[in-house]
Amino acid sequence: MTSPELPVEISLRAEGPVARRQMLSRASRYVLLGATLIGVGVLAFLTYDVVRTGGGRLDWDFLTTYPSRRAADAGLRSSILGTAWVMALTVSLAIPVAVGTAIFMEEFAPKGKALSVIRLNIANLAGVPSIIYGILGLAVFVRGFELGGIQLIPALGPSIIAGALTLALMILPMTVIASVEAIRQVPPSLRDGSLALGASRWQTVWHHTLPGAVPGIMTGTILAVARAAGETAALIVIGAFAFIAFDNSSINDSFTVVPIQIYNWTTLPQEAFRVNASAGIIVLMVAVLSLNLIAVLIRERFSRK
Amino acid sequence: MSANQALRDSPDAVSQLQRKMRKSLRSRPFEVLIIGALWLCGMISVLTTALIIFTLFGETAAFFGEIAVTEFFFTTQWQALFEPQTFGIWELVAGTLNVLLWSLLFAVPIGLAAAVYLSEYAHPNVRRLLKPILEALAGVPTVVYAFFALTFVTEDFLRPLLGNERVPIFNAFSASLIMAVMILPTIASVSEDAMSNVPRDLREAAYGLGSTRLEVAFKVVFPAALSGIIAAILLAIARVIGETMIVAVAAGSTPNLTLMPLESIQTMTGYMLQIALGDAGRGTTQYTSLFAVASTLFIFTFIINVIATIIVNRFREAYD
Repeated sequence: MTSPELPVEISLRAEGPVARRQMLSRASRYVLLGATLIGVGVLAFLTYDVVRTGGGRLDWDFLTTYPSRRAADAGLRSSILGTAWVMALTVSLAIPVAVGTAIFMEEFAPKGKALSVIRLNIANLAGVPSIIYGILGLAVFVRGFELGGIQLIPALGPSIIAGALTLALMILPMTVIASVEAIRQVPPSLRDGSLALGASRWQTVWHHTLPGAVPGIMTGTILAVARAAGETAALIVIGAFAFIAFDNSSINDSFTVVPIQIYNWTTLPQEAFRVNASAGIIVLMVAVLSLNLIAVLIRERFSRK
Repeated sequence: MSANQALRDSPDAVSQLQRKMRKSLRSRPFEVLIIGALWLCGMISVLTTALIIFTLFGETAAFFGEIAVTEFFFTTQWQALFEPQTFGIWELVAGTLNVLLWSLLFAVPIGLAAAVYLSEYAHPNVRRLLKPILEALAGVPTVVYAFFALTFVTEDFLRPLLGNERVPIFNAFSASLIMAVMILPTIASVSEDAMSNVPRDLREAAYGLGSTRLEVAFKVVFPAALSGIIAAILLAIARVIGETMIVAVAAGSTPNLTLMPLESIQTMTGYMLQIALGDAGRGTTQYTSLFAVASTLFIFTFIINVIATIIVNRFREAYD
């Protein structure tokens, strides 16, 4: 006897509208992946394009000579020094204040209306465009600030200290927000244990809360520094758009920075200056992207614990 | 009787305790000093806001001492650099909106698609690799983007594609395209966070009812994360209207009341940078106009940020 024939063929494949829905869903993966890769592709292309045009121009002389009217002689010396001065000063001004603000908000400020106003205020400051900070710096630090005939802030001119104060105010909100997040990650049990053993509130913060928050604070700080190092508009507004052919030696010197030098070369019509701009971009991108990479690595390293 | 009750019943004991606490603080002058210093740090951010508002609105008041409020708001021509000077803000606002419109048109669909992919489709390892790369795009200095908008987008891409006569060397479209790249990570990253926060149960219920991955992503997760997505787009909008270098380098310096992409325009920020690069003396109308435009920009971004903050806070309450 032969085996009975099945009346219909049984298939696990969906048919009709269900098959169409499944196919759409499978296809959507590639469309969405494609959209995601656009960003990656752009980053790869940008890198390729600057290295192609500017890579040949990049040598030790380019890093160590002053700017010049002749593209072939021009270099980044004064702008690299200016960036180093301004960044060092910005970091030393902004970090203590930012961490202090975060500690005050999380550990000492009485919870209430005043605290939520400070919180909202910082969230809003983080969204203020950088050029507005430039205008603040111009009006308050470069030209000096007086109220009712009393000079509260002296006129600092377009100097390194004026630039650093401006950038410090600019990165303050994002550094505070990162520090607050980092302090919140520290387990409350550490705090309670310390307080229960009779430590004062400050001793608890200094010996237990802060050490636990250091990786988070560092990540946020490094990202803020990367942002400040690439900042152009705010520093142009305070007047750092200058031809500097000397080594900075004091915080009252006028200065320029690498992004402004790149901007300057970009706006000049000669092709040779475009090449300089590309080479400058390589220097700036290497600096900024390695800062970003360090921040990501710190975050990865400590988030796994 | 517990200690607390004893304290409540005897005001004497309370004041005694308060005296003791004060004394213990006095015995640690260092501690008081530190707390004072921390308080000062906290005040600096409040002071910054006060200074921004004071300087912006102070000089803006000086500007309106010379230029009628009605001219600023109700005329449309902005001509600050040569005579006869006219100060109608709308040409600059139109420039900003032009770049905003075209950049969002590209960045929103691509950014949201990337967010959906990273949150709903990607293997965790792929996400761990792709997300930092996308975020690196947010770390690229804007002057670098500006260089690309002018040299690559306009000169190597738009002009060969559409012809030199149709594409002015400075045009809104090159700035918009590059601006879209700049805000892509903001939109993708913040929306991805919002989508990842949607509870698993919602997804599993949808799968259980026979939904495909695409349907779960767009009919369940996307609507549930909508407030976070809107907040992401608002943050991106605030970044676009505040961005200066890209538009100053690539979009031109001719105020122009148009939303057409292939036109030379000037945005509010572009005008501010142009004035800052020149040497407008303190007290001149050009100098005060810088602050009037800055105030306008500040109010725009302030409103957008406040709306975004409100939406984000509300969204947090929904799932915590």
